[in-house]
Amino acid sequence: MFFGVTLLAFGFIRILPGDPILTIAGERSMKPEQYAVMMERLGFDKPVWEQYLDYILGILQGDFGTSFLTNRPIIEEFMELFPATVELGVCAMLFAVVIGLPAGIFAAVKRRTFYDQGIMGISLVGYSMPIFWWGLLLIILFSNILSLTPVSGRISFLYDVETVTGFLLIDSLLGDEDGAFWSALHHLVLPSIVLGTIPLAIIARQTRSAMLEVLSEDYVRTAKAKGLSPIRIYGLHALRNAMITVITVIGLQVGVLLAGAILTETIFSWPGIGKWIIFSVFSRDYFAVQGGLVLIAMCVMSVNLIVDLMYGLINPRILHTR
Amino acid sequence: MSETTNGKIDQRGEVHRQLAEFWFYFSESKTAVVGLVFMIGVLLMALFADVISPHDPSEQFREFFEVPPAWVEGGSSQFLLGTDYAGRDILSRIIHGSRLSLMAGGIVILICLTSGIVIGLAAAYFRGIVETLIMRVMDTILSVPGLLMALVLVAVLGPGLLNAMIAISITYMPYFVRLTRASAISEASREYVVASRVAGAGRLRIMFITILPNCMAPLIVQATLSFSTAILDTAALGFLGMGAQPPQPEWGTLIAENRDLMLSAPWTVTFPGLAILLAVLAINLLGDGLRDALDPRLKRS
Repeated sequence: MFFGVTLLAFGFIRILPGDPILTIAGERSMKPEQYAVMMERLGFDKPVWEQYLDYILGILQGDFGTSFLTNRPIIEEFMELFPATVELGVCAMLFAVVIGLPAGIFAAVKRRTFYDQGIMGISLVGYSMPIFWWGLLLIILFSNILSLTPVSGRISFLYDVETVTGFLLIDSLLGDEDGAFWSALHHLVLPSIVLGTIPLAIIARQTRSAMLEVLSEDYVRTAKAKGLSPIRIYGLHALRNAMITVITVIGLQVGVLLAGAILTETIFSWPGIGKWIIFSVFSRDYFAVQGGLVLIAMCVMSVNLIVDLMYGLINPRILHTR
Repeated sequence: MSETTNGKIDQRGEVHRQLAEFWFYFSESKTAVVGLVFMIGVLLMALFADVISPHDPSEQFREFFEVPPAWVEGGSSQFLLGTDYAGRDILSRIIHGSRLSLMAGGIVILICLTSGIVIGLAAAYFRGIVETLIMRVMDTILSVPGLLMALVLVAVLGPGLLNAMIAISITYMPYFVRLTRASAISEASREYVVASRVAGAGRLRIMFITILPNCMAPLIVQATLSFSTAILDTAALGFLGMGAQPPQPEWGTLIAENRDLMLSAPWTVTFPGLAILLAVLAINLLGDGLRDALDPRLKRS
């Protein structure tokens, strides 16, 4: 899988039209000698398979190449911006789970009632939402008409928070500036809602159907017959067994979140990976696009692995049957 | 001779009966019917865009820049949904945009269905190394978030509506391949397939005529649901400037080109987005209804 992704990314970039070296040169014209030097430095004079081999070996040593534009290692740029995207993604996911999970359970418990239909209707609207438009609408409403939230960025420029972890919420708490934390939180609200909308809808829908399946099981009927309180029945007996599906669904949202981050970060000028990759695509920064693609795919794959490992924690039977 | 005609009539009756049964289950869901009716409306709108739209979508009315919608103060009944930064009628642009969005969705589905079916059937039929290779490639495509994949592909192919459609098709294809392969494998061991092989049917015949029709139900559902995401992703690429290029009135592009006006003239971005939302919502309602009607497991037994 990992090799597949590197091959894919590598292949794409080779097919990209335009000469990367001329792109670096920009408006200035380049002497043939300089061109040859560049060719050699970037390794474009070698055969393609050798270039690929070099690339793979580099990646295995943590070297993802160097950006044309900034002349900095890709991994360094990525790591610098990654916390911003993670922070946004985690908050969006929190928003989605905190609302989506209870909404799904509630809809399942109140099956075929007005509440169920209402929740499912709203979640279908959320699922169908073009989030770039949704973001603009929220900006119009909350930032322009109600002036409750800022339009863009991660934190007000009044604050200068020292970078420790890269996560502004944590850094601003560690720092001693009053209000920095609130400013950061303030900036996070709208982007998180926008990014969390589609996962929220998916989680609500899938939780509902997972719960419905579990609720028709015998042990739930037994629990009801024993006269257990609804909280014990739904919260303990049913939810635990529905969690496998729900965790899978939540894990699958990571890809959705990263794709959504491209749009959300563009709308809110959020200095994260999404905005960076768009910028790299537009400025034809080949190595950055290539490295970014591989790194993002690696993130998605590792999250999927973690989700797989979590099954065992939730349902010990999975571990024991092996 | 008379036997064959009888056979034909029976077959027609059977198709008729199946359709009736399908409609019975489908029409049970009111929302699905609403979705269907709405989509037929959008389809008609796209077909007769020239007749319906009050103005030419690219005509610039120089006296009417950023006119608000008709019901707002300062609006004019000449421009129901107002005009954009260049004095073009937004309603007309949305109506014409429906052509591009529906076409994008349709072409994506067409590419996905044909390539997905062929590749998926090949994987299911040949098994072994061919299957492993195909499925690895598909897994690889799936491991990159869809929009990002499409974005990079468009960067490779160059921005434009057609390239956006191709890029989106490639990112959706794995779902179709997997679905076809899974249902083809489960069908391949059935008696009727063995019977047809014993009867001497060739490979292609078994793949496309014997097995394929019995795998179509999940593919149709997937196609419907992908239709809506294709419209969303085309609009998203358009919004990012990598899809349809202005002045093409694609819905996402409409939002992008009026984005700077969103605070002073919010209607210029509100209505195109609303068009996307409603169309996607209607297709999703339709898709849910189709799934309930076509998926035998969910049918009430």
